[in-house]
Amino acid sequence: MKRLLPLFAGLVLLLSACGRSDLSTLNPQGPVADKQFDLMLLAITIMTIVVVAVFGIAIYVVIRYRRRPGQEEIPKQIEGNHKLEVIWTVIPILLLIILAVPTVKYVFAFAEDYSGDPDAVNVKVTGHQFWWEFEYTDLGINTAHDLVIPKGKKIAIELRTADVLHSFWVPAIAGKMDTNPQGNVNKMFIEAYEAGLYRGKCAEFCGQSHALMEFKVKSVSEETFKAWVAEMKAEPKAFEGDLKVAESFKQNCLTCHAIDNAPALGPNLKGFGSREAVAGIMLNRETADEPIEQAVVEEHLRQWITEPQKVKPGNTMPAFKEQLSEEELDGIVKYLAEYKLESLKEFNKQ
Amino acid sequence: MAHTVKRHRGIMDWLTTVDHKKIGILYLLAGALFFGIGGIEAILIRIQLIKPMNDFVDAQTFNELITMHGTTMIFLGAMPIILALMNVIVPLQIGARDVAFPFLNALGFWTFFFGGILLNLSWLIGSVPDAGWTSYLPLASVDYSNSHGVDFYTIGLQISGLGTLIGGINFLATIINMRAPGMSFMRMPMFTWASFITSALILFAFPAVTVGLILLMFDRLFGGNFFYVPNGGNVVLWQHIFWIFGHPEVYILILPAFGIISDVVSTFSRKRLFGYSSMVFATVLIGFLGFMVWAHHMFAVGLGPVANALFSIATMLIAVPTGIKIFNWLFTMWGGSIQFTAANMYAISFIPTFVMGGVTGVMLASAPADFQFHDTYFVVAHFHYTIVGGLVLGLFAGLHYWWPKMFGRMLNEPLGKVTFWLFWIGFQLTFFIQHFLGLLGMQRRVFTYLPNQGFDKMNLVSTIGAIMMGVGVILFLVNVVITSTKPKNLGNDPWGDGRTLEWTIPSPVPEYNFKQTPLVRGYDAWWKEKMEGNTEMPAAEPVGSIHMPSPSILPFMMSVGLFVAGFGFMFAKDDFGNTALNFLFGNHLIAAFGLLITFGCMFLRSVKDDHGYHIEPEELEQKGVKA
Repeated sequence: MKRLLPLFAGLVLLLSACGRSDLSTLNPQGPVADKQFDLMLLAITIMTIVVVAVFGIAIYVVIRYRRRPGQEEIPKQIEGNHKLEVIWTVIPILLLIILAVPTVKYVFAFAEDYSGDPDAVNVKVTGHQFWWEFEYTDLGINTAHDLVIPKGKKIAIELRTADVLHSFWVPAIAGKMDTNPQGNVNKMFIEAYEAGLYRGKCAEFCGQSHALMEFKVKSVSEETFKAWVAEMKAEPKAFEGDLKVAESFKQNCLTCHAIDNAPALGPNLKGFGSREAVAGIMLNRETADEPIEQAVVEEHLRQWITEPQKVKPGNTMPAFKEQLSEEELDGIVKYLAEYKLESLKEFNKQ
Repeated sequence: MAHTVKRHRGIMDWLTTVDHKKIGILYLLAGALFFGIGGIEAILIRIQLIKPMNDFVDAQTFNELITMHGTTMIFLGAMPIILALMNVIVPLQIGARDVAFPFLNALGFWTFFFGGILLNLSWLIGSVPDAGWTSYLPLASVDYSNSHGVDFYTIGLQISGLGTLIGGINFLATIINMRAPGMSFMRMPMFTWASFITSALILFAFPAVTVGLILLMFDRLFGGNFFYVPNGGNVVLWQHIFWIFGHPEVYILILPAFGIISDVVSTFSRKRLFGYSSMVFATVLIGFLGFMVWAHHMFAVGLGPVANALFSIATMLIAVPTGIKIFNWLFTMWGGSIQFTAANMYAISFIPTFVMGGVTGVMLASAPADFQFHDTYFVVAHFHYTIVGGLVLGLFAGLHYWWPKMFGRMLNEPLGKVTFWLFWIGFQLTFFIQHFLGLLGMQRRVFTYLPNQGFDKMNLVSTIGAIMMGVGVILFLVNVVITSTKPKNLGNDPWGDGRTLEWTIPSPVPEYNFKQTPLVRGYDAWWKEKMEGNTEMPAAEPVGSIHMPSPSILPFMMSVGLFVAGFGFMFAKDDFGNTALNFLFGNHLIAAFGLLITFGCMFLRSVKDDHGYHIEPEELEQKGVKA
């Protein structure tokens, strides 16, 4: 094993240089992804040995025993060699045992259920075509698209779907787990070491906009999380401005969406101006280093409301191009984009 | 006594043939057709993914493309080309005059073919399967896929699967019963062994998928509740049924390639296959373990840690017999005299490429790590390494190797080598980089991706590789066309180093295969005779009249019946805006008519006595003189 250490160390360096730290599995930002990365490295190391051995023998054989011009003699016919055959049966078995032991260990470690842990935050994740609903069951909060979590804490997740199968995946923090219908509800946990923004994806083919069913995980400090919880539990911000526009918002938007924590058909809109993306896919900023500009949010929102099928084909949001007057559209967009959460302003650089 | 039989010419000859060699060629043509369609779909997929947020095709079309690419390549592209080689070569390798059930053989081909045509007609009719080749539920249910797309999938695959099952049973019976005197099991060439195990896998695996498809069809067409959760159905059940078939299916695909590689490498190294008995044992073991590991496709479904741990270990175990095979091939070449024909270049390059697919397979087997790999491009890379880098390279090796035996002409060697390099380099470019795409966080089956995620350049490279592979395949077709204009002037053993029985008879093979059934005196029967200075095989029987099966149009008609019935069932609830059509389809009259054709033909086949015909010794002599 000692002789393999340089190879191992080299691999770590090589691989961890790969990919964005908010996305790549090779750049783990939480304990689950970290252990998965260790296991991947161990597997890659073992497999590199196998590949090098096979390639080495193959190249040697092909060069050494190629038929040269005029070479006509018949090579010696060999039936086999017991000693060799035992060697290449036993060595792979040993290599597999080295991999199998941590595999079994982590299979059970990752299946740990933290839902009863008083320190953990319980979140019920529901997959919808094509968005994510996050319900904080102990806190009475219902939100969508952005999963806000306190750093360094276990988040006990219960996964289910409202329609077809999806798969909840935040590569930088933890591996994926499917969201199944009633009867096959899954549990998993995630944790982020540090405050940061991580990209999440749907990994199970779920229809037309499977590719666009993204979400974000916002890992924040304990205090920020507490402030966020308080803000989310409070009464929603009142609609400002024209009463006619307010009525239009209620009639058109709130039939499917909610602005308080009530369950609704579509994604919850509370604190919309603090979201990382509109519809999960129109990013309001590229990375957490940039600020979320209100103008960008407004532009995305306007596009989404007027032509949702163009942004996310196959989703159930109707287009509000004809129904809303220019004034109503402006008012609704402004209200939602301006609805920023105080607790996240620092994180969002707003 | 056998009566005289009408011999057909031209197209009727092909529609009525029960000759295993002609059926093999039919399989090859059908396979090439579907492989071409699947290949075009692949190129379109890669063009769409060439850059982020591309709009070359829309999301719906992309989903149809990936669904049909997977389904077509697995069921309709790879399977028939394997069956083509099995059909032509297995009876020759065991010294048989035909398969055990020639009529069934034709039936198997035509049901496969019409099932495939039905599935692909979805493109023309305009509702294409779009729920992925795995058709997971609820996505594939009428609630979420309410066009006829998935109906084409369930019905097309049932019909074509029937053909494959018939083929598998036929080869089991053939290999068990039709071996020439002296051809014991442990003297069979590896390709025959692989075909034997593959047929056994088909026998056990295809009924599983057929059951699944029937349940899904009932859910969709007749309101069944097998997978309908609100009424007590379960969607994970479908995944189990599908993968209980689906995992053995990958061994159904790869084992014949293992067999081809064994024969080709041994021939062109002029050496006996190293560790023959351990190769046989490894093949059997892989076939057996192949049924024990299906849930490794479902680690992220939430089966619980005990199931995940057990299936992880079981999956890793498969690496052991596979490793045995790899090293046996390497040591077959060790000490040999390796000739680099195009066939052998494909075969040798198979070894490292397949090892790549194998090691990523072991990585995927580790369930906790698979939570990261699962449903990403890492998986896409892995299974293309095994299926393209494994099976397709094997098939190209086999086609180059046996082409002279099938058609009496040798494929152009220099062009074959150019094709090899294009295809092989293109393949590595396309798929090696996809491992990293997956690790960096790109999930599979996405019609597009956002920019700035580190995916852009890798996807571009992958697309360039795919186009190179496409050019390679076109060059292969050019080679086939060029070759078909050359005279048929090859001897029995055109490579000069043939070891097995197919190289003891003329190329192309006469319809009765062996004038006299050969007597097999050992493993590598023909090589053994050559080494002892003999110029032909010892005969196990005197020259006599040879009994042949009669051609028949019934297999073709039975399959047409199923094809018609399939459409009848599918469109039974549609409104055509036409009273006559609504009446015919709505009352299941079309479906009944189709089934009537099939059952009518089966009845005819049962009551009509057909003893076949004989080829008399005089006729054999004449042919002998001509050759």
